[in-house]
Amino acid sequence: MKKIIIDEEFCKGCGLCAEACPKQLLKIGSKLNKQGYPLVEIESSDQEKCVSCALCARVCPDVALKITKPEK
Amino acid sequence: MAPNEQTVFQRPSSLKEVPTHYCAGCHHGTVHRLVAEAIDLLDVQQQTIGIGSVGCSVLLYDYFDIDVVEAPHGRAPAVGTGVKRVHPDSVVFTYQGDGDLAAIGTAEIIHAANRGELITVIFLNNTTYGMTGGQMAPTTLPGQVTTTSPYGRDVTKEGYPIRVAELLAMLGGTAFSARVAVDTPKRVMEAGRTILKAFEMQVKKQGFAFVEVLGACPTNWGMSAIEANERVGKEMMDYFPLGVYKDITASG
Repeated sequence: MKKIIIDEEFCKGCGLCAEACPKQLLKIGSKLNKQGYPLVEIESSDQEKCVSCALCARVCPDVALKITKPEK
Repeated sequence: MAPNEQTVFQRPSSLKEVPTHYCAGCHHGTVHRLVAEAIDLLDVQQQTIGIGSVGCSVLLYDYFDIDVVEAPHGRAPAVGTGVKRVHPDSVVFTYQGDGDLAAIGTAEIIHAANRGELITVIFLNNTTYGMTGGQMAPTTLPGQVTTTSPYGRDVTKEGYPIRVAELLAMLGGTAFSARVAVDTPKRVMEAGRTILKAFEMQVKKQGFAFVEVLGACPTNWGMSAIEANERVGKEMMDYFPLGVYKDITASG
C-alpha cells in the first residue's frame, strides 16, 4: 500500500521532506518533472516502513505530498 | 483511494490545485497552506477576502480559492481596513512580505494596528526583497550580504533590522502579535496553530491580529533549499526571537 503519494507536477525537489523524514525514506532522485525539477522519490519497498507521521507533507512548501494510513 | 485507507494529510480545499511559481524551498508555499488550513478549519472560505500585496506573494489570488483584492505596494492594511468596514461580516486578511510591510508599508501597518482594525495580518519575513532580486530590506540582518549591501549591512549607515512583532505589540490597538517560523515540522505545526488563532480572533471580533513568520529565500540568499532552511534557525532567530508578544485573550 502506498502511504506517501507524490504529486510529480508539484514537487520542486527542494529536499525539505527528505530532511524531515524521521525514517529517512525519501530522497531526491534523478527523474525530472515537466518543469525540470528533480523529483523526490521513495522506494516502493520503503512504503511499508512509513509510519504516516506526515512530517514530510507538513514541511513541503508545494503541498506535493498526500499521506494515507491503513484503516484500523 | 482504496476503502481500507484513511487520509492523514492532504491539500486544504481553500488552496487551489495549481503549482506555485515560488522557487524550490521557498516558505511562501508553506505559509499559504497554513492560511488555507486555518480558513478551512474555521469554515469561512465563503466569507474570506484576502488582500494581496506586492512582492513574490503578489500572485496569491491564483493559489487561494477565495476572493482577493490586490493592494498597491505596502497599502494592504489600508485596503483591508476599507474592505472590512464595508463588509463587517467578512473575514479579511492581508498577506505581506517584509519589503512590503516593513518598508513602504510601515505607516499603514502601524496605524491599522493602532486603530485596532478587525483584520488579520500575515507577515512573511525572509530578510530580503525576494521578487526584485534580493535587495536589502529593513529586516536584513546586520552584516548580511545582499545585492544593495555587497559588503554586508552596516548598521552605522543603514540602521538596524526592524522587529515588527515587538513593535506592533506595544500599540494599544493590537490584540495579538506573535512571531513563528516554518523551518522544522514542529515549528510548522506551531505556526499553523498561531495563524489559526489569529483568524479565530477576527471571527470572534477580538481585534487586530498579527503573525510574523520567519521564512527562507534560498534563491536570493544564494543557498540551497536545505542551507537556507537551516539559516532560519541558526541566524534569524538570534535577532528575531520566536514567541507571542501580545495576546489580550491570554489569562494571567
